[in-house]
Amino acid sequence: MATQHSRAAARLMISPAVILLFLWMAVPLGMTIYFSFLNYNLLIPSAHNFIGLQNYDFFVTDPAFVTALVNTLVLVLGVLVITTVGGVLMALLLDRPMWGQGIVRILVIAPFFVMPTVSALVWKNMFMNPVNGIFAWVFHLLGIQPFDFLAQAPLFSIIMIVSWEWLPFAALILLTALQSLDSEQIEAAEMDGASAFSRFIYITVPHLTRSITVVILIQTIFLLSIFAEIYVTTNGGPGNASTNIPFMIYSQSLLQFDVGGGSAGGIIAVILANIVAIFLMRMIGKNLEA
Amino acid sequence: MARRVTTRAKLTNTIIAWFVGLTIFFPILWTFLTSFKTEGDAVAIPPKFLDFHWTLENYIQVNDRSDYLLHFWNSVVISVGSTLIGLAIAIPAAWAMAFVPGKRTKDVLMWMLSTKMMPAVGVLVPIYLMFKNTGLLDTRIGLVIILTLIDLPIIVWMLFTYFKEIPGEILEAARMDGATLRSEILYVLTPMAIPGIASTFLLNVILAWNEAFWTLLLTAANAAPLTAFIASFSAPEGLFYAKLSAASTMAIAPILILGWFSQKQLVRGLTFGAVK
Amino acid sequence: MTSTLRALFGACAVAALATVASAETTITVATVNNGDMIRMQKLMPDFYAEHPDIKVNWVTLEENVLRQKVTTDIATHGGQYDVMTIGTYEVPIWAKQGWLTSLNDLPASYDVNDLLPAIRKGLSYDGKLYASPFYGESSFIMYRKDLMKKAGMTMPEAPTWSFVRKAADAMTDKAKGIYGICLRGKAGWGENMAFLTAMSNSFGARWFDMKWKPQFDTKPWHDTLSFYVDMMKKDGPPGASNNGFNENLALFQQGKCGMWIDATVAGSFVTGKDSKVANEVGFALAPNKEGIAKHANWLWSWALAIPTGTKHAAAAKTFIDWATSKHYLDLVASKDGWANVPPGTRTSLYENQKYLDAAPFAKLTLKSMQLADPTHPTVDPVPYVGVQFVAIPEFQGMATAIGQQFSAAVAGTTSVDTALKNAQAIATREMKKAGYLK
Repeated sequence: MATQHSRAAARLMISPAVILLFLWMAVPLGMTIYFSFLNYNLLIPSAHNFIGLQNYDFFVTDPAFVTALVNTLVLVLGVLVITTVGGVLMALLLDRPMWGQGIVRILVIAPFFVMPTVSALVWKNMFMNPVNGIFAWVFHLLGIQPFDFLAQAPLFSIIMIVSWEWLPFAALILLTALQSLDSEQIEAAEMDGASAFSRFIYITVPHLTRSITVVILIQTIFLLSIFAEIYVTTNGGPGNASTNIPFMIYSQSLLQFDVGGGSAGGIIAVILANIVAIFLMRMIGKNLEA
Repeated sequence: MARRVTTRAKLTNTIIAWFVGLTIFFPILWTFLTSFKTEGDAVAIPPKFLDFHWTLENYIQVNDRSDYLLHFWNSVVISVGSTLIGLAIAIPAAWAMAFVPGKRTKDVLMWMLSTKMMPAVGVLVPIYLMFKNTGLLDTRIGLVIILTLIDLPIIVWMLFTYFKEIPGEILEAARMDGATLRSEILYVLTPMAIPGIASTFLLNVILAWNEAFWTLLLTAANAAPLTAFIASFSAPEGLFYAKLSAASTMAIAPILILGWFSQKQLVRGLTFGAVK
Repeated sequence: MTSTLRALFGACAVAALATVASAETTITVATVNNGDMIRMQKLMPDFYAEHPDIKVNWVTLEENVLRQKVTTDIATHGGQYDVMTIGTYEVPIWAKQGWLTSLNDLPASYDVNDLLPAIRKGLSYDGKLYASPFYGESSFIMYRKDLMKKAGMTMPEAPTWSFVRKAADAMTDKAKGIYGICLRGKAGWGENMAFLTAMSNSFGARWFDMKWKPQFDTKPWHDTLSFYVDMMKKDGPPGASNNGFNENLALFQQGKCGMWIDATVAGSFVTGKDSKVANEVGFALAPNKEGIAKHANWLWSWALAIPTGTKHAAAAKTFIDWATSKHYLDLVASKDGWANVPPGTRTSLYENQKYLDAAPFAKLTLKSMQLADPTHPTVDPVPYVGVQFVAIPEFQGMATAIGQQFSAAVAGTTSVDTALKNAQAIATREMKKAGYLK
């Protein structure tokens, strides 16, 4: 369908974005790769000698590395499941006629507006604290022993906090997609006597797949680098129970100011993220095609 | 056009939706309430819902200590500026990828997203040095550049999905009617793409508004946005929850209002699109 | 557009400071957001009255963000700040790199000999002062007199660890939500490790021997950690493994803690208006183990320093001289009363009867600070400086990782032995990587 002319035009239209991103990737990434082979600590400016793969070696042989890897994946998957399922339900709910639709939408989107550090502080101190949190108070009213969320289930608690932050994103994207759904199609199906469930499975879900794919891909990118929530609530503990790869990189880069080690960790994170992305593309990439 | 709905069904929907909405909103409501408490009441056990001594003390202190308007204005310039520039670059790109897909389109999309996988902290030193040498440290322009680059892949991706939803037949019909590329974009695509562009705009302004790594580390006194404003209210020693809540409320409020307005835009764009 | 706006802002600034002479120098001060620093920003008119040619731009931030920003800036010679607020941890490391301007030439009125010796030592390198203390603190015991009385015990001025434990056992009443002892448990070099490192000193432990070999496999460390974990499990509040300074402060102020060992600065908070137990608080020195001279108290100071690259060194020095002078203490006292004077920097303050009357914790604060010796923090000799930290660049990351292990021991997800074994492994690894160990 596309003509030679429109192809050339298309290329022209894509190129600014591609060129910019290429520069953005090439220059800092190139420098990061370079630094990752140096013995370069910001606080010890004298020595910048080449040390080969030592930084990488130290990063992957860290006893916390494997746990951190698993935690990173659990965190990403947990939040993805909760937010996509929750997001679809939320979008369906918000798409129905009701009074005060606009207000409810704003209420649901609102958590996305809160800075991660603030939401983590609010959740940690005002909700999950086993002595003076609201949950502890509710447990107390029910006559149950308060549960120490951040010590007994640190990763789970962080998944809940992060899901709360990202649910609005999924809900908003899916809602926008849902509203572009042709209502005639649904009406026709309704007249043919299709049940609400089969209408959902055969019309709504296929219509939403592309948006769900985008929600998953974009969220994965952000979730792979979750850091502020962990830092504020548990600092990666107890033990390594809530340490993820970004937290390890943070510890190298902004606690030790070890630019070499942090860069090596960064490159490892890029590689891991790409593996995850390729995996995701295999699974859901076909949804992107028209 | 719309399906008929019984009042009872509407009532049920309303009740469920409000319940869910308020549950999700509760932590923010709690932050808002806390902003009117004394620091002592903010950590009281059992929690105090409405029966506390209401005070504006926190807001007074927060305004005393920080130049809210400067930070606010920086946030507006940085987040809206970077999103608008991002949209200007991304709309043509996403349009081309959605309607004139080539063999490489999917790979290009994927590659764009992969630029976002670079952990920010890993490139802090190179970027800091570059900013220092070009005089961009602590300038709004510098932050607009960084945030445009960071959010560009997301903007392209979101627009791409929305554009993909637009049925190709409409375009073909328009082309057969002899529409030029320009009028095709202006009169056929734009109206249909408005809800998508609006929600992309909204989400990216929020993302930029809350970006708390670069905006904190690359600024000092002049270009610091609201993230720095917030970072000055979490105290190392001493209770700070009420003051932090007040600061957060002030940081969230503008974007909630923006959300409220763009929400209306969004809905209008949608009804427009539904008529087609 | 931007330049118009900037001009507009500039115009506003000029209008606001119309009295200021045109040839002014602007200095940018990066600082931490504690109460004392906030107060200083309100007292700036006094400085401007004396120095109309200097304008100060404030960048006030939370401790960790501040540390990240100023460290990045000074190490890359970014030159964004003319005065930086840094702690006793940074000073020796940065001074060694030649990143700080020496403050040996401050005017005589500054009276360098009036600085508390321990603080002065902590902020000096090779005998030269590199940062001027604005505020100093140690740590001590805060306890509830009423609960102590109910338990039938009296707190001595210098209790031992076994006394503290006995008192904690006696005061704990979990049914009523009263926990005998509240201590830091959240992982982090400035969180649980600040407390535990200071505590280990009072058990005769040390981080490294003279050859930089980590010492977590020694008996004193085992004694420290098992004592801490046992006591916290028996008498501590739930959720202790995630409690830092502020969480414990909230608990103590709500009357949930019998004793709390933490920063001396908390003395004014627990006796202040937000505290439900303000009238029942007593103070005592941080404990030690029987027969060991070192107590479990740390030493910290927020201090103002000038990076070497600044173009406004003279103005920056003038500002530091004003902000950390005796005159400034008098100024605060005249405006907000003696109880609000920044504590812990000058001997003369602790000889001032008005201050001693206004601050019930002053005497013990001074004693605690005198007991801390950053150059000889431990019983056995060590190659490092620092009481609750080790002043080497590698410390922050290493101590945070070890802090995670100790936090897990309090949470009960790992044993004391495993935690110490892991700590030893982490420290050995990092020290090998950094080249201290061959």
